[in-house]
Amino acid sequence: MAEKIHVPTVAELNAKGVTPDVLFWVGCAGSFDERAQKITKAMAKILAHLEINFAILGKEESCTGDPAKRSGNEFLFQMQAMNNISIMNGYGITKILTTCPHCFNTLKNEYPDLGGNYDVMHHTTYIQDLINQGKLTFGKGDYKGKKITYHDSCYIGRANGIYNAPRDILQKLDAELVELKRCRSNGFCCGAGGAQIFKEAEKGTKEVNVERAEEALETKATIVASNCPFCMTMLSDGVKHFNKEGEVQVMDLAELVANANDL
Amino acid sequence: MQIAQQILFVIALGIAIYFFYKNVSKIRRNILLGRDEDLSDQPKKRWSIMLKVAFGQTKMVARPIPAVLHFFVYAGFLLINIEVLEIILDGILGTHRIFAFMGPVYDVAIAFFEILALLVLLGCVVFLTRRFISRIPRFHKPEMKGWPTKDATIILITEIVLMAAILKMNATDQILQARGVDHYANAGSFPVSQYLVPFFDSFSTSTLIVFERVFWWFHIIGILVFLNFLPYSKHFHIILAFPNTFYSKLKPMGQVDNIGSITNEVKMMMGDPSADPNAPPPESFGAKDVTDLSWKNIMDAYTCTECGRCTSVCPANATGKVLSPRKIMMDTRDRAEEIGKRLDSGITEPDDKNLLTYITTEELWACNSCNACAEACPINIDPLNVIGQLRQYLVMEKAEAPNELNMMFTNIENNGAPWQFPATDRDKWTTEL
Repeated sequence: MAEKIHVPTVAELNAKGVTPDVLFWVGCAGSFDERAQKITKAMAKILAHLEINFAILGKEESCTGDPAKRSGNEFLFQMQAMNNISIMNGYGITKILTTCPHCFNTLKNEYPDLGGNYDVMHHTTYIQDLINQGKLTFGKGDYKGKKITYHDSCYIGRANGIYNAPRDILQKLDAELVELKRCRSNGFCCGAGGAQIFKEAEKGTKEVNVERAEEALETKATIVASNCPFCMTMLSDGVKHFNKEGEVQVMDLAELVANANDL
Repeated sequence: MQIAQQILFVIALGIAIYFFYKNVSKIRRNILLGRDEDLSDQPKKRWSIMLKVAFGQTKMVARPIPAVLHFFVYAGFLLINIEVLEIILDGILGTHRIFAFMGPVYDVAIAFFEILALLVLLGCVVFLTRRFISRIPRFHKPEMKGWPTKDATIILITEIVLMAAILKMNATDQILQARGVDHYANAGSFPVSQYLVPFFDSFSTSTLIVFERVFWWFHIIGILVFLNFLPYSKHFHIILAFPNTFYSKLKPMGQVDNIGSITNEVKMMMGDPSADPNAPPPESFGAKDVTDLSWKNIMDAYTCTECGRCTSVCPANATGKVLSPRKIMMDTRDRAEEIGKRLDSGITEPDDKNLLTYITTEELWACNSCNACAEACPINIDPLNVIGQLRQYLVMEKAEAPNELNMMFTNIENNGAPWQFPATDRDKWTTEL
């Protein structure tokens, strides 16, 4: 492993009179959830590897308010949003990158109306852009011919219509993409959305994540690629439900890309 | 005799149009029970969505078999209406096949309508088979018990009967034409009904004239009755599909409008100078009843034809939870109807019911907000939008969120994350790189 990576905060750069080109919005899952932290680190490594002028808000970052909004707590959502906006506008942030589809959706679609106008990108399209610009290349072919299936998160897929970027990335990795039975606009939720991940599910006959994991296992892929820290939790638990965690890995696209570059 | 028929026809037509107009006006009033929402922006885009989704049926193709069958019935409905226009003119003017002067064009048109009529008939037979013999699961969810299933059956059988009447009318007509009966000039070509000729050929001319008249009257009265059935039926989608797609959501599906009155409150709390201190405080939050919903939500509800594509793709429903997006829309419509009926009988004071009398909190909290329902709807109905507004009411007015969600709110307020982690640890991961 190369030398230690330093992830600057916006405040730190600001003190030096520098504004970051990209604000890396880490999100709550990416900051606190142990599994999701690995996605965050992978993304940070990619950014550092490409010497992109990025920074995080660090302790100044706070929940976007998305789970509050989806549950119906508009007050709490708007308070969170306006606090975040006042901080980001104070620093003159123009471009945001995030690895969480829920943060992405609300920052991109719901913040502008409250005064937060930024160019918001989810890491799927951001990485695709880096590849298209020739900045990111994959020499080694770690995933060449590997059977990978891809789970469309609801908030990147249907909610924002991003279906091709993640698939392009998998193609660039030379992986063999095996589609799930329900994919793209017909994708099946992992069970986390709408603030479900924070509560017990209502009474039913099955857990949503078990249903989705079952479908993923049917593809016989050894890697389930995802783009969302919450899908990551749900799908990993689903795979564990079938005792398949030894054979099937759930990996975020950022992790696949970082691995393929030995980062 | 002829003039008596004409007078009867004009009376029947007048009654049918009057009642149709009256009932459609009621639906319009019920839709406008909802709150205002301006959806008049980007008309060009709206026209194009309407043309594609409603007229072009682009979202139907996701399920090819019903798409083809539905296309038969839909094309039949649109095009056979041209023939209905002729029937109406004949009825008023006492003519027979008034468009016959178009000669070969007319022959081709009638031939085409006959083939369409047969396809509509076959389509409806297959639809009945899918519903009651192959028993496609989405037609047999709990909310389909009773009237919804009866409604569907009435629609399909009526269409079969109407199409059969056209074909039988044409069969008798062509015999009369061949016999050179006065008033039945040679017109049209009959690729389908020619096969019905043997069933009628042995009757005398006077009996056949009676038959032809009976089928003609049966067909047109059937259409007028069916027209008046529409406002009472899910079949009303044949009309509302067009405006409903015109007023589609143009923003990304994941975007949920921010409540403006709350924005002002929050700005005042934060001491934002752009806040308007004189703005009236919000009266209520979210939706408790259909009157709190947007008119578009109610139009969605009246547009729903209960096909159940939304419910069949809903992850909550697929895993046995009580939530069914179709039921959310049906309940919204039924509640709007209920309020409308009270208005009709002159009762102005509110009843003790609301939309939450119909929809349980268990349904609302089972939603994943995944948008599969809205995506699946062939005419852009958005059940998630209704669910979201009802949740807002439960949380902000009633403080009745599930306990775990209340804990999540508290965590966000206290430490800026939905879990109980100290905010100071937010960047801890950076030390582990």
